[in-house]
Formats: sequence, structure tokens, C-alpha cells
Amino acid sequence: MIDIRGLVKGFNGPPVLDHLGLTIKTGETMVVIGRSGGGKSVLLKHIVGLMRPDEGAIVIDNVDVSRLSGRSLNRLRSRIGMLFQGAALFDSMTVQENVGFFLREHTTMASEAIKQRVGECLQLVGLQDVEELSPAELSGGMRKRVGLARALAHGPELILYDEPTTGLDPIMADVINDLINALRDRLKVTSVVVTHDMRSAYKVADRIAMLYNGKILEVGTPEAIRGSGNPIVQQFIKGEARGPIQEALPDRRVFSRWSGHTGLEWHR
Amino acid sequence: MITPFRDSFVQLSAQTGAWAVSALEGAGSLSLLLTQTLGGCMTRLPRWDAVLRELQKIGVQSWFIVSISSLFIGMVLALQSAYQMQRLAAEIYIASLVALSVVREIGPVITALIVAGRVGSAIAAELGTMKVTEQIDALQTLATEPVRYLVVPRFVAMLIALPLLTIWADCIGIFGGFLVGSFKLGILPSLYWKMTTLPLVFKDVFSGLLKSVIFAMIICIVSCFEGFRTMGGAEGVGRATTTAVVTSFLMIIAADCLFTAIFYFIWR
Repeated sequence: MIDIRGLVKGFNGPPVLDHLGLTIKTGETMVVIGRSGGGKSVLLKHIVGLMRPDEGAIVIDNVDVSRLSGRSLNRLRSRIGMLFQGAALFDSMTVQENVGFFLREHTTMASEAIKQRVGECLQLVGLQDVEELSPAELSGGMRKRVGLARALAHGPELILYDEPTTGLDPIMADVINDLINALRDRLKVTSVVVTHDMRSAYKVADRIAMLYNGKILEVGTPEAIRGSGNPIVQQFIKGEARGPIQEALPDRRVFSRWSGHTGLEWHR
Repeated sequence: MITPFRDSFVQLSAQTGAWAVSALEGAGSLSLLLTQTLGGCMTRLPRWDAVLRELQKIGVQSWFIVSISSLFIGMVLALQSAYQMQRLAAEIYIASLVALSVVREIGPVITALIVAGRVGSAIAAELGTMKVTEQIDALQTLATEPVRYLVVPRFVAMLIALPLLTIWADCIGIFGGFLVGSFKLGILPSLYWKMTTLPLVFKDVFSGLLKSVIFAMIICIVSCFEGFRTMGGAEGVGRATTTAVVTSFLMIIAADCLFTAIFYFIWR
């Protein structure tokens, strides 16, 4: 179980995460939705110990991640897999070396066994005969899937997905969604998915949490979130410009001058 | 009347203070990285395959440019000294002057500046790109310490390659002086060699090589540090590369001055 308690994080300004609290049960897929730049990726980086909170705690199975360092943090990380938004594949390595990285560095597995495991992981994400390619030779969708294969190779209990479907065509996005569901059903992993793609969120989530202004505004099943009475949640999930979320919308006067359109309907 | 002066003074003081704090922070972070790297070298053997790969990049690929530069500098040094020495009818001492200048000063410094420009910039650009594309974060999520994995092999390779390149540069520089001395200034080749080896003592060679070890540490730590703190995409990578080279140059020259003074005043 992951228990995030009173998490505060700022970067020389107002806090991006402001006393955020969230509990993720073992084996469930929690989808965190929210606007771009709203702190979703920052939240994921705290869970895996890449960032330290200003205040608060992230407790995974009774261990506070924010207090770990060195070997104890690496021991925890070996139970976690993370898919990065841009896949973050190592440029200087082939697909084979990328996917087998953890096994090569941290286990005593023979190279043949690692090769076999890498092949299995690549098949699991629907890729074949790409082992010797470099990341530069892969398409965006393939890179994401190789990144997922790398996150899976060491058999993690918890997988963190940072915008898994962003930048993919709708078909490839659906393939990734199916993969996330298959991993939950087959490997019984706990997953935290950060996205603003609502189609993906509804498809993979056991529960959805809406992050807004550094706090979790609402948590519930996809059905509960769909039927939420909160106007902020409704505006976000419907993807409407009109509503209570006003930040980063165009200036009405400038918009009006450029388009001849008043832009009034955006504003309350 | 006083107010504008007072405001300017306050502003200048604030800027100086901010610069001093930033310089101290930088020095502290560099020291920390050096300590972590030395700790990494001592607690576990480095990955020798990575060290060999870096030796190839630092040593073999810099060999040609170091050779050409040292040859020309040896020749220029002989020609420049010839102006003065001919006036005193002391051309014979050109050989000793070239040998001492090259072994104690020019060889280590020129080699270090070339390696800083060629290899230091490449290290900063490579690590900077890894940083902005989240590859360093990915490395950490795969339970791998970036300092141990990325810095230690480069550090060990630099400590091996730079003194070897310096010895080679010393030989080629002396050979350049010999070419000018023997074929242009008419000094007998046997006499030139005798006057080259006569004044050279252990201290000269040792001080040159000790400097090259210090320069190796500076280049590697500064370049890795600038790479690790890169932010802001392609522009950030460019800035990190430039900063790494400029800082390395300044620190090499400052360290050269310091060690020359130490050897002059302490070990005469």
C-alpha cells in the first residue's frame, strides 16, 4: 500500500503540491488526472524517491521513501518500475541492453537467461526482432513499449506510468491501455498512472484521483468521477474551456481583437 | 543627492553577495561530487569495460591533436627563445629551456586544455542530454547510482589517460624544439640531446605529472557536474558545455599557478 501524507513541494514559488494526501491500495490501478504542469509527474518522482518533499511523507509498505537513501532506497527501487513520458531510453545502448539493464547490473543472471527474459518482456509489449536496434531507430510508440518492457524486466510489484499514451496515435494509445490492464490482471502489480487523457483514464483505472492546485480534489471509481458534482472535475473530464478552471486561458481582450470573437463564454 | 549612490552601492553589494553565494555553492557541490567519486572509486572496483571505452575516447582519440599541438608549441618555444639566446650567444641553452618549460609547464597545461576542450565538452554534453531527457532519472529508478555508473569510469580513465598523454606531449614538444634547434639554429643533435637531459631532474617530471593528475580531476569533475545540473533542453545542454569548458580552463590555469608556486616556494 502507498500512503501519501501531507506532501508539500515547491520550486522557488508557490507549492506545486500543497499538503497532498492519497492512499493507493495494493493491486489497484490508480489514475491521477490533472492539468499539464499541475504536479502529476512531481508526485510520481516523489513516490520513486527522485525528489524529496519539503514536508510530508510517502509511505510504501510502512517505509517512508523520503527518509531512505543509498542502498535502502535502491532496494525499494528494485521493487518499482517506471515508464517515463519520453521513455528515457539510454541512447548509447541497444534495445536489448536497455531492457536487460537492471538484470545485468543487479543480478547474477547469465547473459543467455537475460537475453531470454528481454525477449519475453519485448513480446509482452508486442515487439519482436528489435533487440539490436538503437533507440534512435524506433518510433514513438515503439520507444514507449521498450520503456515499458524495461520497467517490467525485473518483475516489479509497483509500476509508475508517466503519461503513457501522450504523443501516441489513438490505436497505439489503446494498445498501451490494454497492456496496462493485462499487467494488472496477469502480474497483479499495483499501478499509478499519471495522465490527462481521459479515454485512457477510464479504460485502465480502478480509481481516479483529480489533482488540482496541488491537492487531491476528488477520488473515486471512474463511474463516480463521471458523475461527480464538482464543477472543476466536470470541466476537466469533459475537456471544456468554459468553467471554473480559468488559469492559462487566453486574455479575453486580446482574443477578441485577433478573432472578432468575444471569448466571453470561457469566463464565469 | 546621496540616495542614488546609496542605491547603486546597495545594488552592487547585493549582486556581489549573490555571486559569492553562488560561487560558494558551486565550490561546495564540486567538492561533494569529488568526494562521492573518490568514495565510489574506493568502495568498489570500477566497470573496466566502461573505463576502457572512456580511455579510447579520452586517450586514443585525443592523441593526434595533442601530438600536433605539442610539436608546434615545442618548435615555437625554441624559435622564441632563439631571439634572446642568440643575443647572449647562448643558443645551446635553448635545449634546456625548451625541455624544462615543456616538462614542467607547457606539456601538462596544453594537454589539459586540449582534453578539457575536446573531452570535457563531450562529457558535459552527453550527461546534460541524459539529464534533460530523464535518462539519469531512469538510471536511478533502475537502482543505479549515477555517480558510480557515469562518473567513476570517466574519472578513472581520465586519471590514467591525461598523465600518459602529458608524457607523450612532453616527448613530442621536446622533439619539436629539437627539430628547430638542430635543423634551423644549427645546434649539433648530440649536443642538443645532452643539453635537454642535463637539467631535467625527478622533481621536474614529477611536478608536471602531479599537475596532470590534478588537471584530470578538475576536467572530469567540472564536466560531470555541469552535465548533471543541466536544465532546459537543447539550450541548457549548450550552456552546460560552454560552462564546463570555460570553468575547466580557468580552474586548470589557477591550479597550475598554485602548484607552480607550491613547487617554487616549498620544494626548491
